Order: sequence, then C-alpha cells, then structure tokens
Amino acid sequence: MFKILKYCFFDLMRSSWSYVYFGFYLLLGIMLLFLNNDLSKAVITLMNIIIVLVPLIGTIFGVMYYYNSKEFTELLLAQPLKRSSIFLGQYLGVAFSLSMSLILGLGIPFIVYGLFKSNAIWDFSLLLIVGVFLTFIFSALAFNIALSHENKIKGFGYAILLWLFLAIIYDGLFLMSLILFEDYPLDKVSLIGTMLNPIDLSRTLIILKLDISALLGYTGAVFKQFFGTSFGLIISFSALLIWVGLPVMRIIVKSKKKDF
Amino acid sequence: MKRTFLIVLLIITTCFASATTITICEAGCDFQSIQTAVDSSKSGDSLFIKAGVYKEANIIIYKKSLHITGEDGTIIDTQNKGYGFSVEATDIIIKNLTLRNIKISYTKEYAGILLFKSYDFVIQNVTVENAFFGFLIQKSKDGEIRNNVISGQGTAEADSGNAIHLWHCENVRIINNDVRRMRDGIYLEFGNSSYIADNYSTENMRYGLHFMFSNDNIYENNIFEANGAGVAVMFSKRIKMFNNLFKRNWGTASYGILLKEINDAELKHNVFEDNTIGINADGTNRISYFENVFKNNGYAIKVHGACYDNIYTRNNFLHNSFDLSYSGKLNSNKFENNYWSNYTGYDLDKDGIGDVPYRPVKLFSYLVNRTPESIVLLRSLFIDIINFSEKVSPVFTPENLIDNKPLMHQASW
Amino acid sequence: MVEIKNLHKTFGKNKVLNGVDLSINKGGIFAVLGPNGSGKTTIIKSILGMVIPDSGDITVLDTNIKQNSEYRKNIDYLPQIANFPSNLRVIELIRMIKDLRKQTDDDVRLIDVFKLQPFLNKKLGTLSGGTKQKVNILLAFMFDSPIIILDEPTTGLDPISLIRLKELIANEKKKGKTILITSHIMSFVEEVADEIVFILEGKIYFKGSIQELKNKTNQMDFEHAIANILTENHV
Repeated sequence: MFKILKYCFFDLMRSSWSYVYFGFYLLLGIMLLFLNNDLSKAVITLMNIIIVLVPLIGTIFGVMYYYNSKEFTELLLAQPLKRSSIFLGQYLGVAFSLSMSLILGLGIPFIVYGLFKSNAIWDFSLLLIVGVFLTFIFSALAFNIALSHENKIKGFGYAILLWLFLAIIYDGLFLMSLILFEDYPLDKVSLIGTMLNPIDLSRTLIILKLDISALLGYTGAVFKQFFGTSFGLIISFSALLIWVGLPVMRIIVKSKKKDF
Repeated sequence: MKRTFLIVLLIITTCFASATTITICEAGCDFQSIQTAVDSSKSGDSLFIKAGVYKEANIIIYKKSLHITGEDGTIIDTQNKGYGFSVEATDIIIKNLTLRNIKISYTKEYAGILLFKSYDFVIQNVTVENAFFGFLIQKSKDGEIRNNVISGQGTAEADSGNAIHLWHCENVRIINNDVRRMRDGIYLEFGNSSYIADNYSTENMRYGLHFMFSNDNIYENNIFEANGAGVAVMFSKRIKMFNNLFKRNWGTASYGILLKEINDAELKHNVFEDNTIGINADGTNRISYFENVFKNNGYAIKVHGACYDNIYTRNNFLHNSFDLSYSGKLNSNKFENNYWSNYTGYDLDKDGIGDVPYRPVKLFSYLVNRTPESIVLLRSLFIDIINFSEKVSPVFTPENLIDNKPLMHQASW
Repeated sequence: MVEIKNLHKTFGKNKVLNGVDLSINKGGIFAVLGPNGSGKTTIIKSILGMVIPDSGDITVLDTNIKQNSEYRKNIDYLPQIANFPSNLRVIELIRMIKDLRKQTDDDVRLIDVFKLQPFLNKKLGTLSGGTKQKVNILLAFMFDSPIIILDEPTTGLDPISLIRLKELIANEKKKGKTILITSHIMSFVEEVADEIVFILEGKIYFKGSIQELKNKTNQMDFEHAIANILTENHV
C-alpha cells in the first residue's frame, strides 16, 4: 500500500492540478494577509473558504483522479497486490497531495507574515487541521462515488450534488426544521444535527475557537457542557475521525466486490 | 480680662497637648489591645500599631477622630467573630494594615471596616483577606478609598458579600483598589458624585462593578475581567464611563456591561473584548457611545426595547460574532461613522467613508433570537446566503437601522 | 495450470458467463476466441481476479484465487488498452512495476528488442499508440512467469515489432509456459495457437486444435471454420 501511495503521491505532486491548487492557496493567503493587514480577519475569511472550498476541491479531484487513472488501476490489479492496498494507496495519495498543497499554500504566506509571533497561530493551526480532515473525508467520499458509478458524467454529477447538499442544502433543511420545531427542546437535536454533516462538524470546531463567547450565551445544559468544556472538542474530533473511517471502510468493502 | 486670657490659653494648650501618638504592640508598649488604646485615646490622637497579629474583632470607634496607622506585618485577625473596625466618626484615617477572616453571616453584613455617618475618611493600603464584606460605607461622604486589596473565598452569591459597598454616600473617591472573588467588586447604592478610577475587579461572582440609583458618577481606567455577570449600571443618571476595559465575561447572562434604565450617560474610549455580550442595553435614553472598541464579542451590542435617542459614533466593531442585536422598534437611535470589520463596501471618492451604507443587524441574529439553538449554524455558507439576500432586500430587520457613513478604516484617538 | 469450474457471471441483467468449465493442464499457446460479447475478456479477467464471479471456482497452479492476490505473481498480463499515468516517464514506470513485483534484468534485453532506448525519458502521455503498446509488451514479458495472458497483443504494432512479438511468444512457449491469447486477427491466431478455446453465449463451445476445428466444421480454412460456427449458431 505504501508503495502505491508513494507513486500516486509523486505522480500527483507533478501534475499541473496540484500546482494550480497550491498556487490558488498561496495567492489567497498573500491577498488576505498583505492586502488586508489584519490577521484575525484573515483567519475568519480563511475559515469560510476552507469550509466551502476544501470539500469541493477534494470531491472533484478525487472523482477526477479515480476516473483518469482507471487504466493504471487495471495495470495494478493484474499485479500481485491486494485490492484494498491499491485503492487505499490511491486514496491516500490523493488526500496527502491535496493536504500538502493546502498546508504549504496557506502556510508559506502566513509564516512569511510572521505567524509564529502572533497569537493567531492556534486558530490558524486548527484551520489547517480541519482543512486536512475535510480533504481526507471528501476525497474518501469521492472515491466511494466513483467506485459505485462506472459512468464518469454520473459520477461527477453525484459528487457535485453531494457537495452542494452538505455545504448548503443540509444547513437550510436543518435551519427549517429548527424553526419548525422551536417549541420543543432542541439543543441535543441541533448538536446531533451538526455531527451528521462533516462540514458542519468542522465549522463547529472552528467556531468553538473563534466564537466561543457567543456560543456561551445560550441556556441549556447540553449546550453548556458541549461548548463550555473540552467535551465538545473531544466529541467533534472523534466524530471527524469516524467521518474519515466510515467512507474508507466502504472503499475497502466496495473495492473487493467490484468488477473491472 | 486676665482671667479670660488664661482660660483661652488653657484651652489651647489642652488641645495641643492632647494630639499625641499612642503606640500599640504585642508586648512592651503602653497598649497591647487596639480597642483599649482607642478607648483611652482622645479625638485627634494618632494610633500606631506595630507589626504583629492582633486577635481582635468589633473594634468600635465612636465619635472620635483618629488616625490609625499600621506597619508592614500589622495583622488584625477577627477570627470570624464579626467586624474588624466599626466606625462612626469624622476625620478618620485607617492605613497600612491587614484584616483577616471576617465572619460570614446570612443576617448581618460583617465587614472589614464599617463606616457609618462618617465624613472626611481615608482608607488606604488596607488588605482584607477572607472577607465577607470588605468595606461597608453607609451614609458617609467626602472620603477616599485608595490602594486597597480585598479578596474573598465565597463559593456562592449567598455566602459572600461585596468588596467595597457604598450606601447613601456622596463624593467618595475609589482609586486603585484590587477586588476579587467577592459577590460584587464595587457596589454603589444611592452613591452620588463619586469618582472611581484605576481599579482592577476580577473573578467576582456577580458584578465587577454595580451601580444602583447612583447619579453623577465618573468611572474611568478600570479593568473588569472575568466577573460572573460583568458590570451593571442600573437606574442611574449622568454617569460617565471612560477608558475602561471589559474583558472575558462569559456565560448565559454575562455581559461586559449592563445598562438598565440609564439616562444621559456617556461611554467613551472603553474597550469590550471577548464578552458574551459587550453592552446589554435595556431602557437607556440619551446615551452617547463614542470611540469605543468592541472586539471578539459574541454580541457587541444587544439592545432591548424602549431605548430612545442613543447615538453611536466612531466606534470600532471588530470581529464580533454579531455586531448588533435589536429587539423591538428602533427609536431614533443613530449609528454614524463607525468602523465595522464586517463591512464589505467600497470608497470610490477616497474620503475614508464607505459609499454603501452598512446594516449592522443580520437576519441570522433575528433567527437566533427566535430559535436560540440555531446558533450552531453560525458562519455556515447557507447563513451567509440568507444574510446576503436580507441585506439586498430587508424583510425582517429594521430598515432604518443603518450606518450611512461607515468608516473604511478603524477610528483612532 | 488453470482450472475453471462452473463459472457464472452476470452484469446487471446480462448473463455473460453461463457455466464455463475449462481446464488447461499443459504448456502451449491457447487462443481464446468468440464473437463480441461472448465473454472472452470476462473469463480472462476472472482468471486475473479483476472480475469477481457470481459462482464457480478458479484454480491457478493449485491455488484457489478467491480472496487471494499472491497467485498473480505467476501470471504476466498484457492488457488490451495500454494507458498509463501520463505524468510518469517510461523508465519510471518500468522501475515502479519492478518495485511492486520483483526485481528482474530482463527489461534491458526487451528494451533493446523493441528499440525503446530513445523513449525511456519521455513521459508516457507523449508516446504514440504503437510505442505505448511496446512498453506494454515489455512490462508483460519481463518477469518470466509460468502463465502469460495476452489481450489483443498485436494492436498498433508495426511489422517489425510484430515479428519480434511472435519470436518472443515462440521463445516463451519453448520454455514450456502456458500462454492465453485473445485476438481478432485470425491469421495471427492460426500462426501461433496450438489450441483454440471457442466461447459462445457464455459457454465453452469448442476446445481443441485448429485441425480438429476444421474437421468438425468441414472447412478447409481456419477463417471459414470460425465463420461457419457463427452462422450455424445465428450469431
């Protein structure tokens, strides 16, 4: 698996898409910091971008890579290699190279700007961690979609739909149901609702850091325990791990049964 | 004639002769007990208490003007028996000593120093440890409370008192005190024309500073940090609040400052940072908010109904989760020339003022008011989208709540 | 060598393999033939483990291949379409496959046979179809495994390379290997194959030598023999 991971990683690191992705984040970081001159504001803008864009790029890139390397996959399948190691290797190759572009692309301008001397470093590190998590989750979901659909166009369609649903539509439905059932105690429901969507989950982790003062303004014991103690942080991180684990498991199961 | 002269001379000499200094120490002086010394002193005497631990409580000074001074290591341990000093006198000074272990009671307000109907008093460099009440000052005026340190051990509001508590007082200067872990840090009830400056009030269970029915006071350069509910200014008129720092007041009912039924106040150059609510205004009229900084608060300002003629100018609103929340109608309040870090407009004529007006109230804050649990959707893309559509065509948020001249850069002073 | 018992496979509603029994116990060249959609590629991919059969057993060199990947080190496979990661150079691809399978020195000889030296440092994406096929052949032949499977090996080859390929195949046959070939070029099949395995509607319709096939269909010529089977069965 590690050999395949290595080859996929180096293959991707040389592809122009990685450079585009890296360049995009580099440019973004520079624009935010040097045109704005306000680290706190840059971190907030960055959060909005990471939460929306990283999943989108992870999904598209994952699906694209899978379809583009179909022949390569078949070449590997004829070798004495386990299927799980082939697909996990490819998946990890994609996820690692995307994470690398993200970390370097954003990290370099922030370090040049003098991040280490600023107390925004924790907010920033959290952003990167969440970004990496989202990359792993959404490229795994993308692989799942691609594994289940031979048709490229369909695969892309479902991938975009998945992103659209988790990034926007889910929150809309969520908000509507909260307003609809506002007469009932909702604090538990609303927390569970955020756990079920990896984008919301990552957002929760970040607002735990950035907006903790606002979050503590609400009554309800569950909220208080969740936001006021490290309980929320632990739960959110565990849920993120589960969100990586489940799609990866499905990649393994699905790949074992699939015909090529 | 000669006789009258003699009488006058006698009176004068008696007076001068009486202004003596009485020394108290644990062993080897005239007095070992403070109370005995007080009892044998005359008005105008000075008492000097040498270093040592004096196990005395309820030291009563009645209608005697005394200057009491300790030295480094002068400790009065009341052993949870009651008051430290209980004073009713004019021209009284208490300086340089430590009071310890004040009795906790649910019926009586035991304090380190109780002043009743006292005028021209000075309390300075006094430390009160394990205080129930620190200084309880009633019906007194023209005094100064300076450089004192008061701390309590209370665990609940019910079994702890206030550090500096003024009731029916006038013209008191409270300067550079450090008050912590009490119920209220500084409490003024019917305290008028007082000046409160350079104090540090922290970790108090209820309010860092608390005003009730107290008019014409000024407080400036104070720091209020991590108090249970922040600072409360209620039912008072003509208060001036300058250069104070309100920081890290977190919780469901917590705010930097609560303004309730306040008229004609002035807030200038204050900094509100990391509070759940920066300013919670309820029934405030004719207040000027000028050049304050609101940074990283949950809500910078939360306004409840019936607030008339408040003016917000040149304030900096920086990265608050919500800049403003408004319930009820907008009653001739005015926002102008403020800096909003969430502002996304432009300035084509380069005059430093954005060409597009700014609406500080977001649709989402309206939703959160209605369904508090929806706070978990904070900063979601969907929320940004509905906020944007609300900005384009306001339906739920008050249409005239608007800063027509938002600053492009932070206001500086 | 390769033993297939009662193999069934359905893709969606389409029954592709319908009880295939095939046993190849000796060395030699076996041509797997059949009309389009008859299940040739499915059988080959089943042997390689790329298609998971619905039921039936496949044994390769006495190992059941179910849930197994190690047995593939005994199979060299030449896929039908040669498409490689376009960012890799030829030399890197060769090194990578060697790294993934095992070390060998045969690649040097094969590079020489197909005159691939000028392309070694070119990216695979920039190669012509024929050159890619040469690389493909090189990868398939460099490991010297007892079983070789060639799926349309002649695609895109120039005449000289075709001759070299035939030589290669003949060489391997001499070593006593089992070679499975699918091809649409009947002359090529007739030239190299020892036995024909003819598949029709998901079953083995015929297995035997070319002569036996001619006898069975009463045709003098191989191409006509094949055509005869197809017309008789209304394909």
